[in-house]
Amino acid sequence: MHEDRLIIAGREFKSRLWVGTGKYKDFAQTKHAIEVSGADVVTVAVRRVNITDRSKENLLDYIDPKHYTILPNTAGCYTAEEAVRYARLARAAGVSDLVKLEVIGDEKTLFPDTNGLIEAAKILVKEGFIVLPYTNDDPIVAKKLVDIGCPAVMPLAAPIGSGLGIRNPYNLKIIMETVKVPIVVDAGVGTASDAALAMEYGADAVLMNTAIAGAQDPIAMAEAMKYAVHAGRLAYKAGRIPRKLYATASSPIEGML
Amino acid sequence: MSEAIQIQVNGQPRGCRTGATVSDLLDELAITTDRVAVELNLEILDKQEFARRCLQEGDRVEILSFIGGGSSNARGKEGAIHA
Repeated sequence: MHEDRLIIAGREFKSRLWVGTGKYKDFAQTKHAIEVSGADVVTVAVRRVNITDRSKENLLDYIDPKHYTILPNTAGCYTAEEAVRYARLARAAGVSDLVKLEVIGDEKTLFPDTNGLIEAAKILVKEGFIVLPYTNDDPIVAKKLVDIGCPAVMPLAAPIGSGLGIRNPYNLKIIMETVKVPIVVDAGVGTASDAALAMEYGADAVLMNTAIAGAQDPIAMAEAMKYAVHAGRLAYKAGRIPRKLYATASSPIEGML
Repeated sequence: MSEAIQIQVNGQPRGCRTGATVSDLLDELAITTDRVAVELNLEILDKQEFARRCLQEGDRVEILSFIGGGSSNARGKEGAIHA
């Protein structure tokens, strides 16, 4: 069977499961969970270096940028200006031109501020960034982001960290049919079946953090997610049977006594 | 070492020797330059600039790196910068 690789902006990815690196017990657990998940894209946040306690270890001592695609995010940014500043800082730190662009609209829902998102995406695309925007499950906004030059869009399944699963599968379907770039379902996944469903609907990848890091056994959940994403993808490509109200016998009548 | 000027590093006041460069400051803090970004008075510096840019009285330096993160944290969490 030929390799089923995901390609975004000319870059090839082996895994369709992408993972965040927050909320783990320690870096050793982060590393272990990522290894078990098989993910080759990992998101990181940009923050001040702790200058008072230099003994603190660095995440990237555990997650080697030679082996993983490091995807810096603009988490915690509430304006386009702030998000642009963090994206530029991430690039200046010298890991990659990729940015997971987040412009948050509200602390309670952490839903994206899509006006701010579009404004920031325009600036960053012009500056040569590969902008992967975290957006709402809104097909119109997704299309605008693609028109600006985003090589993929990352609509949410549900609020970040909520574990509610896919709240609006029909909108996600419409996004998948509307835009011709890869769709990464980002945020809101709670368990393996949510990830499998996203892939069965036709998502190109799923990005998650809390569903793994917050599970009672993060390592086991990382493995579950790996299989869920793989199974969902295979099922999508295999093409499911149509839903019908009544039964269709699967054993022949012919040859019966 | 004479500490002749006062600067602010990651929001904290700090004494600094006259004529010290950004590289000197990073050395002093035992921070290696790979995977860090430095903002000097809101201007993001290229890494080649670190050794050339001298710090001045009242400069505001931000030194950032990558930490674990998935998606958005609430506003004002540890390590966030505010202009």
